[in-house]
Amino acid sequence: MTLNIDAILTNPDKHIIVCTGSGGVGKTTTAAALGLRAAELGRNVCVLTIDPARRLAQAMGLTELDNTPRPVPGISNGALSAMMLDMKRTFDEVVESHSDPERAQKILSNPFYEALSSSFAGTQEYMAMEKLGQLRADESEWDLIIVDTPPSRNALDFLDAPARLGSFLDGRLIRIITAPARGAGRGIGRIAAMGFGIFTNVLSKLLGAQVLADVGNFVADIDTTFGGFRERADATYALLKDSGTEFIVVAAPERDALREASYFVERLNQDGMPLGGLILNRVQEVPETGLTQDQVLAAAQKLTAEGTGDLTASLLELHAQRMEIKERQKHLALRFTAAHPTVPVQPVPAMSQDVHDLAGLREIGAALANQELKW
Amino acid sequence: MQHWPEVTLHVVSGKGGTGKTTLAAALAIALAKGGYRALLMEVEGRQGIAQLFDTAPLPYEERKIAVAPGGGEVWALAVDTEDALLDYLEMFYKLRRAGSALSKMGAVDFATTIAPGLRDVLLTGKACEVVKRKEKNQDNAYDFVILDAPPTGRITRFLNVNGEVSGLAKVGPIKSHADSVMNVIASDQTAIHLVTLLEEMPVQETLDGIAELKAAELPVGGIFVNMTRPPQLDAPRRAMALAGDLPASEIESELAAAGLKPTAELIQALLTEANDHAERVDLEVTELERLTQSGLPLFVLPLLPSGIDLGALYELAAILNASGIGEGN
Repeated sequence: MTLNIDAILTNPDKHIIVCTGSGGVGKTTTAAALGLRAAELGRNVCVLTIDPARRLAQAMGLTELDNTPRPVPGISNGALSAMMLDMKRTFDEVVESHSDPERAQKILSNPFYEALSSSFAGTQEYMAMEKLGQLRADESEWDLIIVDTPPSRNALDFLDAPARLGSFLDGRLIRIITAPARGAGRGIGRIAAMGFGIFTNVLSKLLGAQVLADVGNFVADIDTTFGGFRERADATYALLKDSGTEFIVVAAPERDALREASYFVERLNQDGMPLGGLILNRVQEVPETGLTQDQVLAAAQKLTAEGTGDLTASLLELHAQRMEIKERQKHLALRFTAAHPTVPVQPVPAMSQDVHDLAGLREIGAALANQELKW
Repeated sequence: MQHWPEVTLHVVSGKGGTGKTTLAAALAIALAKGGYRALLMEVEGRQGIAQLFDTAPLPYEERKIAVAPGGGEVWALAVDTEDALLDYLEMFYKLRRAGSALSKMGAVDFATTIAPGLRDVLLTGKACEVVKRKEKNQDNAYDFVILDAPPTGRITRFLNVNGEVSGLAKVGPIKSHADSVMNVIASDQTAIHLVTLLEEMPVQETLDGIAELKAAELPVGGIFVNMTRPPQLDAPRRAMALAGDLPASEIESELAAAGLKPTAELIQALLTEANDHAERVDLEVTELERLTQSGLPLFVLPLLPSGIDLGALYELAAILNASGIGEGN
């Protein structure tokens, strides 16, 4: 089945497109190309990128990382804005908008908060969700938001990390550990109390008492101002399940990337999330010549052996190599399709050069929408 | 040529999608060649090694997974944070049992969540423990340890454990543990290698990563350039291909000499592919030049049209051997 990307991009009921997949498969470029194409098909689009390559950012006119959507110049129709996520800034803004200045200052200067907002596993995913929620809340501004997901090895992190972080912050253990700071913890059973003793003992041995105190203060401060991290994460998760959202899984025709794509597709099905299809980047294109790889190689060998044409021998070898790569890629793609027969797949030819400008993105967008490209 | 004569710990990092795990495995085989023992470690809980060697998921236990030419052995270990923490608690506090109870409560997860540096010091600590481990006869348990490490974007933070735990306990066992880890990682016993493709983004990330590692005074080893397209055409022919000047008539007669029907489609197909190939190779030449300027040793590995399987690992290992890696260095 081929993916009809233009039908998704022009569907007025679709307001969020999430591009996901494992690292290094061209997710960010795909998100940017989809954004440009959607805009030029007449929509008002915002692309939220996480960590674009310098040239790609320049191609979209993003010169600074300022956490605000900026209009991309040079669009021939519709409107396109793009932004890079600054996770620390986004977190700071959440804190500032939910507490009075004095308390916000206290939270922002807490050493644990600094670690949490800049290096915590899952913070980037959480903040990408948060930003998506904010952008979406401003419905009059954008009618389509395209999100690129953080570069993690495991594509499922994007779905799981926010809830994990949320339940960690709202969770039982953090409450136990911070009980002294909050005057709570009474009434926990004797056994739990014993466990609690060992627990804090071991943790302060490992981490030092100061870290625990910082965590305690942090939890106490955020609790009174904007509790419900878990709730916030759940709310964005619900937004992703909405029929106004479409997931696009991006992969390259390599074993690891397709395995990640498979996990992701299974997970989306399981959670009843809307899956548009799979985009398979970097596919080796080989023009049809009616010859088999063996015939091409035999011809090349004949020329080499007889010394009658070394230019053509090189060209034939090149052709045979490409046929072999294509054959292997096709095999991998067919295995994916066999496992997920209902998932539409769109192959995108490997580009021989990196993308530097809008013209390059437009070219990729055209390939994404090219219904003629098949396996 | 001996690239890293003193090195026993080889840390392999690289941007996602560049073939970091594949390269780490090929490096382990290359180093084991000639009767050495190499341990291949992974720390990200992905079971990438098991998938690569086509075996069942690895437990937290060293296992022999492959042999190398000349009687070498490759062992593998998938390090799990939870087990590494229990090891640590046992080693320093004799707290294994309490530790197991805590791990059931989710406390290990909790501790490594509030202090990601703790996780890193446990993982790098395990690598250093293996590096330093001796047999009864005082020989090293392993001649080489190859660590399939986190990606380039996180590698400096991951290895620079002193900086990582500085926010934690200022004194005490964790601090001294971190110090002993740093003594190995920042020494000439260690080399940190980066895997890249010849594309703009991975090359830029590699150069940024090298600068970061150097700023943190960590020992950078070599750059492994993966999945390159060996040029099928020399530079003058590539220039002609780009300009559309390859002689179609010559190709036509040569095709006929090769016994193929020289149709217009076939000639056009070959010319299109030549142009595409020349563009790609030129891009690779430019990016390779940027890497060369770093002054680090470069190891260039081809894209294998057949893909990556166990045989391909040996093929890549042989290429590494041919570029001067292995036989005791």
